[in-house]
Amino acid sequence: MSDLKEQILKIYPDAVFEEGECLQVNVAEKDWFAVAGSLKNELGFDVLSALVGMDWGESLGVMYYLTSTSRQWTVIAVKVMAESRDDAYIHSVSSLWKVANFQEREAYDMFGIKFIGHPDMRRFFLRNDWVGHPLRKDYDADPALNPIRMDDETNEDETRSFSLDADGKVVENPGKVFEENEYVVNIGPQHPSTHGVMRFRASLDGETVKKVDVVSGYIHRGIEKLTEKMTYPQILHFTDRMDYMSAHQNRHCLCMCIEKALGLEVPRRAQVIRTMMDELMRISSHLLSFGCTAMDLGATTAFFYGFREREMVLDIFEKTCGARMSMNYNVIGGVIADLHPDFQKDVKELIRIMPERLKEYHTVFSGNVIAKNRLVGVGHLSKEDAVNYAITGPSGRGSNWSCDCRKKHPYAVYNEVEFDEILLDGCDSYARYMVRMKEIEQSCRILEQLVDNIPEGDIRAQVPKIIKLPAGRWYQQVEASRGTFGVYIESTGDKNPYRVHFQSPCFNLVGVMDLTCSGYMIADLITIGAALDFVIPDIDR
Amino acid sequence: MGIDRIKSMPREEFKNNDYIDRLVEELNATGANVMVGKFDELINWGVANSLWPLCFGTSCCAIEFMSLGAARYDMARFGFEVARNSPRQADYIMVQGTIVHRMAPVVRRLYEQLAEPKYVIACGGCAVSGGPFKNSYCVVPGVDQILPVDVFIPGCPPRPEAMFYGLMQLQRKIKVQKFFGGVNRKEKIEEFFAEHPEEKGQIG
Repeated sequence: MSDLKEQILKIYPDAVFEEGECLQVNVAEKDWFAVAGSLKNELGFDVLSALVGMDWGESLGVMYYLTSTSRQWTVIAVKVMAESRDDAYIHSVSSLWKVANFQEREAYDMFGIKFIGHPDMRRFFLRNDWVGHPLRKDYDADPALNPIRMDDETNEDETRSFSLDADGKVVENPGKVFEENEYVVNIGPQHPSTHGVMRFRASLDGETVKKVDVVSGYIHRGIEKLTEKMTYPQILHFTDRMDYMSAHQNRHCLCMCIEKALGLEVPRRAQVIRTMMDELMRISSHLLSFGCTAMDLGATTAFFYGFREREMVLDIFEKTCGARMSMNYNVIGGVIADLHPDFQKDVKELIRIMPERLKEYHTVFSGNVIAKNRLVGVGHLSKEDAVNYAITGPSGRGSNWSCDCRKKHPYAVYNEVEFDEILLDGCDSYARYMVRMKEIEQSCRILEQLVDNIPEGDIRAQVPKIIKLPAGRWYQQVEASRGTFGVYIESTGDKNPYRVHFQSPCFNLVGVMDLTCSGYMIADLITIGAALDFVIPDIDR
Repeated sequence: MGIDRIKSMPREEFKNNDYIDRLVEELNATGANVMVGKFDELINWGVANSLWPLCFGTSCCAIEFMSLGAARYDMARFGFEVARNSPRQADYIMVQGTIVHRMAPVVRRLYEQLAEPKYVIACGGCAVSGGPFKNSYCVVPGVDQILPVDVFIPGCPPRPEAMFYGLMQLQRKIKVQKFFGGVNRKEKIEEFFAEHPEEKGQIG
């Protein structure tokens, strides 16, 4: 770490370091863009893992979490504070890390931080006539200011960028999302193949897509604001309702983040149970993804096949957790209830039948000429783009990027089990689809190793009745079904968090829709979306 | 009175539903001429057994609704099978998931695009009352703020069996509906929109 400190001091002599769980560098706003460029190009921090807007009272700012793939996935935090609160601005890094494009728009929406040099500074989640920025601590939540508006939004095509003039004042430059004579087709928000309520506006040249504009926020529920008024055990249930297909992993992540802050040791039995539940969830998610991809292509039968096996997983969940979905199983310090007596028998049965069922899927769908024509060579995403857009999970691994958090930052008992990280170099929709199918096999492999080796013992550690985190900030990542899921918690020592941010994998996935769809047919937009497999409540939160 | 009978489920198995009982009473008290009554019964029988939903899922409940369509629960048994993607072809909108401010005008428009007779089911805690997100700055606290809801199905998400129960309640409600000789349903929709006018461009 001291080595890294010296290297950072070499590129930025004014750096102020802060101790925390990972190295934190405080950078002055006026130097930030140059420092960011050096961090990326000279020190190899090529992945922007998270961008967290912050309101520190005296000023607004942003926490950046940067990961370096060339340095064994070392994570550093960078804190940048705007110079004034009233007209807060920070230089945009969206030209360095493309993933920052949408994330900066989110921070602008939630905090009103203007990002200088960002090409398209529109609101991301809220209506463009919304009054105020909700995550600021001085937000006025009076419903009279923002009633339920029943009229349509206007001025959808208008955008703006911000620049600094010679005196250092922020200047607004109006712009347009689409040119005057472009042919724009609206898809969503109520569309069966957008996997939820996502809205795309695609400009077309004949049948070829030229540009896709993502309009999000049709299920933005304001979870991050809600958490600030709740205690830590109360915020756990939100994670089950964000990416409901990664409920266990998301909740696992939040629990781990809180446990890390408390310095709590989780009993081994709970660790094993959590790992098994995560893998079962992954199987169920990939099966749903298989079914939905097939159904989007018109293969309704394959959908029934996928759901047939998914019901087996849901039965296992139901017996142990008491619910088919929104299981609410992980709690701070362990899990809420012990395993059902049938658990091992049911898991073994699932592992037994899966290989033969997967073969069936491949016969029915994967090898089908229609499926291949629609998926092979469609939606090209190169490895460089995957890194730059921080596309993790099966979609990133379909572009041959080794990004599995279970291997890079092992947690629970993942360092004790053997499994392969599936990497395919197709870089297309078919590769993403095949990674998922092969990951089901690997999940079964993990389950097979653990099912007979569940240790006896406690299922939960002793936790204090009132959970208060010490002052500080923590960032925790896990591998959810769709990629790396991150939780950021900042605490002031109170029983409520000061700020919670969820860095969801789907948020990044939807960021490449423009890149992957451009140049392909409008009909391919559906299959590209299906193969990327985003879940909308995970994006909007 | 067998007018609210559902095939394969005896009346006693339903929990008491005052609302439907009142409608039945009203129907019995006012009476109808034989021809009109028979026509009503015929139409209601047809409508109740071929309810086509509009695919409108915003979150978790939509996944459970997909399970409803898959082989294990198989909603085709009840005539609910053909989930339509266009509101013009659907009979009811089942709001599955949270409705947020940005979505509210879209839901209202989808509802207006449904052809009569049309019904609304609020499915899951979020659609019923805002659920766990009730206190959020941009969540509509219950879809009944913007649409006239016929059936509420609680749960987070409701089990598929609960969804069936809710759908059967809708069938019962349809079976006591009058089409000829005085419509008893459309008036209620008009009442709702009189209470929730749209001219101001906002509700609440």
